[in-house]
Amino acid sequence: MMDELNKLSLAEARDALKRGDVTSVELTESCLGAIEGSGALNAFVHKTPEIAMERARAADERLQTGDAPAMCGLPIGIKDLFCTKGVPGQAGSRILQGFVPEYESTVTQNLADAGAVMLGKLNMDEFAMGSSNETSVYGNAVNPWRRSGDDAQLTPGGSSGGSAAAVAADLCLAATGTDTGGSIRQPAAFTGTVGVKPTYGRCSRWGIVAFACSLDQAGPMTKSVRDSAIMLGAMAGHDPKDSTSADLAVPDFEGMLTGDIKGKTIGIPREYRMEGMPAEIEKLWSDGADMLRDAGAKIVDISLPHTKYALPVYYVLAPAEASSNLARYDGVRYGHRAKLAQGDGINEMYEKTRAEGFGHEVQRRAMIGTYVLSAGFYDAYYNRARKVRTLIKRDFETVFADGVDAILAPATPSAAFGLGEMKDADPVQMYLNDVFTVTVNLAGLPGVTVPTGLDGQGLPLGLQVIGRPWEEGEMLNAAFALERAAGFVAKPEKWW
Amino acid sequence: MSIDQTTAARIAKLARIKVEEDALPELAEEFNAILGFIEQLNEVDVEGVEPMTSVTPQRLKQRADEVTDGNQQAAILANAPDAREGFFAVPKVME
Repeated sequence: MMDELNKLSLAEARDALKRGDVTSVELTESCLGAIEGSGALNAFVHKTPEIAMERARAADERLQTGDAPAMCGLPIGIKDLFCTKGVPGQAGSRILQGFVPEYESTVTQNLADAGAVMLGKLNMDEFAMGSSNETSVYGNAVNPWRRSGDDAQLTPGGSSGGSAAAVAADLCLAATGTDTGGSIRQPAAFTGTVGVKPTYGRCSRWGIVAFACSLDQAGPMTKSVRDSAIMLGAMAGHDPKDSTSADLAVPDFEGMLTGDIKGKTIGIPREYRMEGMPAEIEKLWSDGADMLRDAGAKIVDISLPHTKYALPVYYVLAPAEASSNLARYDGVRYGHRAKLAQGDGINEMYEKTRAEGFGHEVQRRAMIGTYVLSAGFYDAYYNRARKVRTLIKRDFETVFADGVDAILAPATPSAAFGLGEMKDADPVQMYLNDVFTVTVNLAGLPGVTVPTGLDGQGLPLGLQVIGRPWEEGEMLNAAFALERAAGFVAKPEKWW
Repeated sequence: MSIDQTTAARIAKLARIKVEEDALPELAEEFNAILGFIEQLNEVDVEGVEPMTSVTPQRLKQRADEVTDGNQQAAILANAPDAREGFFAVPKVME
């Protein structure tokens, strides 16, 4: 038996399983052992070793009969936002304390049908609202990476911080994430992993706790681009239970990874060259463009003129949708209910329950959303933001119509920052983390981040490839070319 | 447009979130920081631009109008903080 099976990629483990070199039980035990020793990372918040071992044994039987679907026997982690039948899930919130879903999300069902082994649920910002995993009721998830010569704890990013930390620390082979404004791509970039936000509608939203319905998408968080291609194929597909799920065939994403991007046109958006951008990010970006050029792509300068309005649009629309989605947490049907005083009626119950159950950031966003939707402000804020969103989407449509196949941009404005470092910052400062990722959600496009380098302190940095709608295959192929050229192999040194 | 404490209290009420009196000044300040950031949108010329209503241009699907689900009372009540005799129980609603 091989050593440290938890360190394998999905593709390596899949091939080893098919050859009979390992069993799913061995892989799963290896991951469960790694999880046991990883308390300091606070990544896994509900562990499901019994489910994992049961699925691993079933997978081994299927492998024996030669009937092995795409993810057969591969152990993965699931973001706490996904409902998984009979397993506690609370979206990182106190208000869902004790909630045990009676149903399974479509994405986790698809993964189970593809043979994947669920190891447990992963830490995240409360209701996916955050960029540092510091708003979670479970406490902070911790980045396995540290600055060289410094043992300060760093954020793994957010909101899918537990997923990113778990994949980077080899606690699982891969994990699910969700991305509303950058919540897959930013943590992937902060942890030297690969994260994909698919085209809006590619993965069903059914059974995933809703944050902002017009922006939310589930996607894979993995150790390589190939792994993302494998896992996205297993997660995606039409679902009649989600009316915005696209009725389109799921291509063989892995089969499209040729690494050949000769003749492709890659756009470099000039508006992403932000004032005060760190020189390291600028260099990373131009090096990435050179790598794609060397691989035969044509690099062109493009303009996305409404880029600077993406964050303000997002911070109207996402809270507006969230305030509506969060209305269901009323202390009646599930989760927490406040203790009431003598004479309290139903309104006091709602108000006390929501004050106790929601953390500060969630309360703030629910209230901002309520405000921008309230009578007298709906047109000034909400409708205006929806109109600017049309313009942001049109910017992308224009460059794609001009022949651009994909866009290369930075993933984040910096490497991972320290936990607590942003504590006294204005909320808007924290929101700036999403500056390069949020446009993609607003326009419904696919995006992937790939680690391509380290900063001066030894922390990973990532670049983002943005694709045309429904062309994740081509986007992943460009990311694959970038991954091969960058040759990023660094791993965090184990301290936990 | 600046949000004062009275407005902050009204927003909290509309959102059904209890905010203590002494927390209102800070809340109003946070709202003002966020709304100040959002104000940039007033610079954009949106004359004649349709608000985006669908991320992907597609008609919402229709389905057959038939019962596909039901008889799940136990599952529906399983997570309720207070369920009695097959119902959700809540404090007094009517005065």
